[in-house]
Amino acid sequence: MEDYWKLKIDGIKKSFKNNTEYDKWKENVLNPWNKKTHYNEKKYKNSSGMDIRELYTEDDLPDNMDKILGNPGEYPFTRGIYPNMYRGRLWTMRMFSGFGTPDDTNKRLKYLIKNGETGLSIAFDMPTLYGYDCDNRRSTGEVGKCGVNVSSLADMERIFKDIDLSEISTSMTINAPAAILTAMYFVLAEKNNTSLKNISGTVQADILKEYIAQKEWMYPPEAHLRLIRDMLAYSTKNVPKWNYISVSGYHIREAGSSAVQELAFTLADGFYYIDMGIKSGLNVDDFAPRMSFFFNSSINFFEEIAKFRAARRIWATVLREKYGAKNPKSMMLKFHTQTSGYTLTWQQPLNNIVRTTVEAMAAVLGGTQSLHTNSYDEAWALPTDDAVKVALRTQQILAEETGISDVIDPLGGSYYMERLTSEIEEEAYKYFSEIDKMGGILNAIKSGYIQKEIAETSYRRQLNVENNDETIVGVNRYVDENEKPINTLKISDIAENGQVRGLRDLKNKRDSRKVDETLDRLREAMKDDSINLMPYIMDCVREYATLEEISNVGREIYGEWKEPKIY
Amino acid sequence: MENGKNRKYTEAPIKVLLAKPAIDGHDRGIFVLARAFRDAGMDVIYAGLLPTPEEVVDTAINEDVDVIALSLLNGAHLTAFKNVIDIMNKKGVHDIAVVGGGIIPDEDKPALEKMGITGNFGPGTPLKIIIDHIKKRAREIRKLRENEYR
Repeated sequence: MEDYWKLKIDGIKKSFKNNTEYDKWKENVLNPWNKKTHYNEKKYKNSSGMDIRELYTEDDLPDNMDKILGNPGEYPFTRGIYPNMYRGRLWTMRMFSGFGTPDDTNKRLKYLIKNGETGLSIAFDMPTLYGYDCDNRRSTGEVGKCGVNVSSLADMERIFKDIDLSEISTSMTINAPAAILTAMYFVLAEKNNTSLKNISGTVQADILKEYIAQKEWMYPPEAHLRLIRDMLAYSTKNVPKWNYISVSGYHIREAGSSAVQELAFTLADGFYYIDMGIKSGLNVDDFAPRMSFFFNSSINFFEEIAKFRAARRIWATVLREKYGAKNPKSMMLKFHTQTSGYTLTWQQPLNNIVRTTVEAMAAVLGGTQSLHTNSYDEAWALPTDDAVKVALRTQQILAEETGISDVIDPLGGSYYMERLTSEIEEEAYKYFSEIDKMGGILNAIKSGYIQKEIAETSYRRQLNVENNDETIVGVNRYVDENEKPINTLKISDIAENGQVRGLRDLKNKRDSRKVDETLDRLREAMKDDSINLMPYIMDCVREYATLEEISNVGREIYGEWKEPKIY
Repeated sequence: MENGKNRKYTEAPIKVLLAKPAIDGHDRGIFVLARAFRDAGMDVIYAGLLPTPEEVVDTAINEDVDVIALSLLNGAHLTAFKNVIDIMNKKGVHDIAVVGGGIIPDEDKPALEKMGITGNFGPGTPLKIIIDHIKKRAREIRKLRENEYR
């Protein structure tokens, strides 16, 4: 295995030629000019710490371009996964939304649909993300604050009230309790007489990056991985248009990683899930086509575009060469992008509209399949209706006014872009090799290695900002002394009280004997690792067992997880 | 209270407990602070994720810290920070300073100050300002302890 990565690294190194054109130009033109103008040379680096030259020339193009580029829709898909890309189908404008009660969120979703949003994306609150009901003591003060609260199927019914699940695709950002929320969505479709064959969407469910970055888990890794395996197998068989996982770099980046680290750790997680599917007895081409990805688009424009292109090339290459995939769909890396929350500043918030626009452009030029643009007020709070509308309009302006989506991969062939794509690819392969030496990604996470790598990058970046080596407009340069507060979305405690009351009523109304029976059956099934738990969880959900009741079955059997100390 | 008795008040490094006392996994900032405090010569303890307020206060007492630094980015600071203060009051702990930070709107700051939580630093605050504030609070606390145990 190590040898495979080494082979890839050597191959990329070999494809780089001597850059005689640049060297000649530097000696004859640049150096004399710099001397004459008293220009002090300094090093330029991107977020990944890679040296950036002032000029790239034809010699920078790797010498196997014909093999590594591929036209759109052709292996290795560097230029895009579909032949006609955005002309055939624009990226899906999918705004991550959710706050307060299910009714509040239902209203926001309908507002976005009315304004031209083309896909739904649900944000859940902290208690939901950790598998606690709204009436748990730990949930006090958090219900509906960072997203919508879902304590049972009844809440899901309210979120999607009067929305046709066969008409629109839904993405759910849920990880630790992903199997439960997925079960709720499936049961909801059944109740609305929508066939599971006709619903489409994505559940994030990527638990490895939770241990790495977002830190939302309930059980030790092995337990969650079993649940992912069960979702993978169940969806592959019964819900053909369902992306059972969205392997996510977004949170890894937000936690402080560089672009290269985001790419490498995400794809390493992806390879782990491929291994898992194969181990569960499936053929790689059975389940790989429904795997999807989720990346961050941050502020270093060209680096981000190169990252997206490198991601597609690596995935296609490794799936074909290492995993023996035959179906091109298994090799196509399709991804959602969100602009970077970290780059939003609390200071001078309107500037964030510009940052988000640049980041969204990078995502489009990088060939994303769907996009969330952050709202300018999100360093303060969840966005207001007005702010979220500007964010959505940003995408619509890019799509319909600027012409950047008219031509596929317009930066393809650029000396700088192609060189950067290959160099980022090389750096990612180096990480894969490193991770394999540690016994794989799960071991690298359990030992804290990945987390430490990210914390180190994040701290270095912060020091750069503190020392003014890196500029953040409005924060360490061009500071306004008199910042005026902006209007923000307030979520009152009424949401929490309402949710808690609703849950109490539900518990009184439901058939608690049946609830206990389904939970008992789930408990028994969980003890046998060979059983697929999805039908059991769906049975619990149907009887309105709560999120926490179902989660607690796993807590009893698998216990809870304490993260390795990195300090 | 026994805590603080054995400390050489002026010489020992400042000891800080960093905690996110609620259901909040946004830990990028707190790791940056941990490193920065350590580089500034402090002893740093991180309470780990999802500690209960009881766990935060117990750790602070057992580890004999000067300052508890609380951080939340999930909007639950008014409830969650207050839970920590309530338990400190219940246990009669008044010789540990409490400093806050996170995404804290201006209008919430007076309520936090009234609970005795100072700083309440928002996004983009330079590390030096935070470190200076921690040092100042630690000095005050040590003076208080010195007077009490003399």
